[in-house]
Amino acid sequence: MLPVNDNPTGRYLRDCKVGEIGAGTSKIRRVLIGRALNEEYSKYFGWGFFAGFIELFGSTPARMFAIRNCALRRVATVIGNRSISSSSSCCGQHYHVDDTIFGLTPEQRHLRDVVFSFAQKELAPHADRIDKENVFKEMRSFYKKMGELGFLGITADPEFGGTGGTYFDHCIIMEEISRASASIGLSYGAHSNLCVNQINKNGTTAQKEKYLPRLCSGEHMGALAMSEPGSGSDVVSMKTKAEKKGDYYILNGSKFWITNGPDADVFIIYAKTNPTAEKPQHGVTAFLVEKGTPGFTTSPKLDKFGMRGSNTCELVFDNCKVPQENILGGLNKGIYVLFSGLDLERLVLAAGPVGIMQACCDTAFDYAHTRKQFDTKIGHFQLMQGKLADMYTTLSACRSYLYSVARACDAGSKTVNKDCAGVILYCAEAATQVALQAIQTLGGNGYINDYPTGRYLRDAKLYEIGAGTSEIRRLVIGRSLNKEYAD
Amino acid sequence: MALRVLIGCKRVIDYAVRVRVKPDKTGVVTDGVKHSMNPFDEIAVEEAVRMREKKIASEVIAISCGPAQSQETIRTALAMGADKGIHVEIPNADMSVFQPIHVAKILAAVAKKEKIDLIIVGKQAIDDDANQTAQMTAALLDWPQATFASKIEKAGDDLAVTREIDGGLEDVKVKIPAVISADLRLNEPRYATLPNIMKAKKKPVQKLSPKDLGVDISSRIKVISVEDPPTRQAGIKVDDVDSLVAKLKEKALI
Repeated sequence: MLPVNDNPTGRYLRDCKVGEIGAGTSKIRRVLIGRALNEEYSKYFGWGFFAGFIELFGSTPARMFAIRNCALRRVATVIGNRSISSSSSCCGQHYHVDDTIFGLTPEQRHLRDVVFSFAQKELAPHADRIDKENVFKEMRSFYKKMGELGFLGITADPEFGGTGGTYFDHCIIMEEISRASASIGLSYGAHSNLCVNQINKNGTTAQKEKYLPRLCSGEHMGALAMSEPGSGSDVVSMKTKAEKKGDYYILNGSKFWITNGPDADVFIIYAKTNPTAEKPQHGVTAFLVEKGTPGFTTSPKLDKFGMRGSNTCELVFDNCKVPQENILGGLNKGIYVLFSGLDLERLVLAAGPVGIMQACCDTAFDYAHTRKQFDTKIGHFQLMQGKLADMYTTLSACRSYLYSVARACDAGSKTVNKDCAGVILYCAEAATQVALQAIQTLGGNGYINDYPTGRYLRDAKLYEIGAGTSEIRRLVIGRSLNKEYAD
Repeated sequence: MALRVLIGCKRVIDYAVRVRVKPDKTGVVTDGVKHSMNPFDEIAVEEAVRMREKKIASEVIAISCGPAQSQETIRTALAMGADKGIHVEIPNADMSVFQPIHVAKILAAVAKKEKIDLIIVGKQAIDDDANQTAQMTAALLDWPQATFASKIEKAGDDLAVTREIDGGLEDVKVKIPAVISADLRLNEPRYATLPNIMKAKKKPVQKLSPKDLGVDISSRIKVISVEDPPTRQAGIKVDDVDSLVAKLKEKALI
C-alpha cells in the first residue's frame, strides 16, 4: 500500500528533495567545497615561496626577488622558540579556523590564537606519547602553566583566583586543548567545569576561599563523581551513602569511571543522605572530599580504549569521615547541584568533539593534498573532494551550534536544557564519523598508529558515552519536547 | 629617567600560512588568510614590556601602519602589556607599494611628536624580509642604532646591547635616544591571558593618517608582476661516495 497523502509530511519530503538538486546538486556542492579546499592547499606547500618583480621608478628596471627561502630558515627557528613544533610525521599543518564565519569578537579570536599557540607548543608534541603510554608525565607542570594563563578557573570569580570569563571562552579553550590532545582536553573539562565551576556556582564563601585558589592556579586537580558500578545513566539510583554522625558524615560506597580520579586533590562526591526520601532524587547531597581523607581510596587506573592519559578510576569510600561544612549546595539538595551543572557540563564538553573534528581536518586535509596516486593529489579526486567537503561542513555546522548555545548560556537563557543535550549529542556522534572519514582519507596509513587518526577515533567515541550517553541525551531532548506539548 | 618606548608591530600573513600568488599576479592572496603580529615585533613588544616591569621604561606605545585590521595587531601588543596604541591607517590599496622608507618616516615623526626615548622594532618582517626600518628610522632621526639585539641592559644613562653578528656576538653601548631592532634570541614572548585581552580592549588607540604626521606615502615603485619561484627540480641518486664527490667537484661545490 502506498503512503497516504492526508497529512503534509509527504509533501514536505517531496518539496525538500528539490533542495538537493536545484541551485546546484549536492554533488556539485561537495565538489565546490572540495575544490575550494584544494585551492587553499594548492601548489606551493608550507612556506609559499614567491618572487616579486619590481620596477623602480626612474632607475634601471631591476628584478628583485623577495625570496622567502631565507625567511623560511629564520621562521623555522622562531617556531622552535615559540610556537608550533611539527613533531609528528604527518600533522605539521593546521587547517585555519575562519572565526569571522562564526562571529567571534576580536577578543575571542585573540583568545583562540593564544590557546592554539600554547596547546600546539606545550601539548600537541606529547599527544602521541600520552596515548601510547596512557600517562601524561608532565601533567602537573602543564596544569600550572594552564593556571598561569587563567584557563583552569576560566568561569570562576576573580575574587577566588578565577578568570571571570564566559562559557564561550571556556568552549574555545576546551576546543583548542582537545584539538592538541583530546584526553588532556577531557581532563581539563572535568577539572575546570565539573569541579571548579560547580564549586564556584554552589560553594559557600568559605568553601570557595578554601578550594578555588589552588584549583585555579593548577596546584590542585579536581574531579566530580556521580556514576557508580550499578548507576550510570540512572544516576539517582546511586548506592553510596552518607550518614550523619555528630559534625561529620560517614561515606560508604564506591564511584566508577571517575575522570581525574587517580590525580585529583579535591572531589565533588554525590551520596545518599536520605535513602527513604519520598522521591529518591530528594535524598542526594553533594560533598567536597579531599584526597587523603581517612577511609577514601582510589583503585588502580582503568585501561581505556581511548582518552588514554586522562586518568580514570574507581573511588572507594569505607567509613570515610567528611566534615559537615563540606556539604556543597545544601543538605539533600545535591540533585539541584547535579542537574544545574549538567547543562553547562554538556555544553563545555561538546567543545571536545569539535576540537577532535578540527584535528581530523588538520590531518586529513593536509594528507589529501600531499599524497599522490595516479600522479594526482588524492584530494583532487571527486570522491575524496566529497569526503573532505562532508568533513568540513559537519565540523562547521557543529561549531556553529556549539557557539550559538554557548552564547545563549552566557546570556543566561533558561531554556537551554534540550540544546545543551542536543549540541553534545550532535557533536559527539559527528566526531566519531568525521574521525572515521579521516582514517579513510589516510587509507592504510590511517590504520596504523604512526598516524594520529586512530587516536582521534578512539578519543571521539568517549563523547558518545561519557557525561551521559547519546541515548540519555536523546531522552532529555525528547522529554523536553514532550513537556512543551504537555496538556 | 624612565624611558618612553615606541614599538613597531607589523601585521603580516601568519607564518604558518601557505602563501599563494594571486592568479592575476598582482600580489599574494590575503583575503580570508590568517594574519598575526610579525614574530620579531612580538619579541620587541615583550622586551619593552619587560623594561617597563623593571621600571626602565615609563610608557610603552605600540604603533602599527596598515589597514583597519592592523588595530587587531595593536590590541595583541596591548594585551601583552603595552600601554597605548597608535594606528596609522594605510588604505588596503596602497599596501602593496608601502615600503620601509614610509614606515621609517612615520616612526620618526611619531617619535618626535610623542617625545620618545627609545624605538624597538623587529629586525625584519617575515613577509618582505626587508630589514630596513630600524636603520632608516635611526638615520632619519640621527639617533644611534643597535640592530639584531639579543640582550639589552641599562648601563648608567646608556644602554648596553649585545648584537648578533655573523662572527658571533658584539657588545655595543648606545646613547639614548636610540633605535634598536630585536633578534630572535632577545626573549621568549609571553602569552596574553584572557583578563589582559579584556583590559587591552579598554586601552587607548589613537588613529592617525600619514598626512597628520606630514609623511608622504606616494609610491616610488610599481609592482609589475609577482610570481612563484621555479619549482625545485628532482635530484638524482648517486651510487657511492666517490661518485657523490665527483658530482660535487663537477659542480664546483667542493
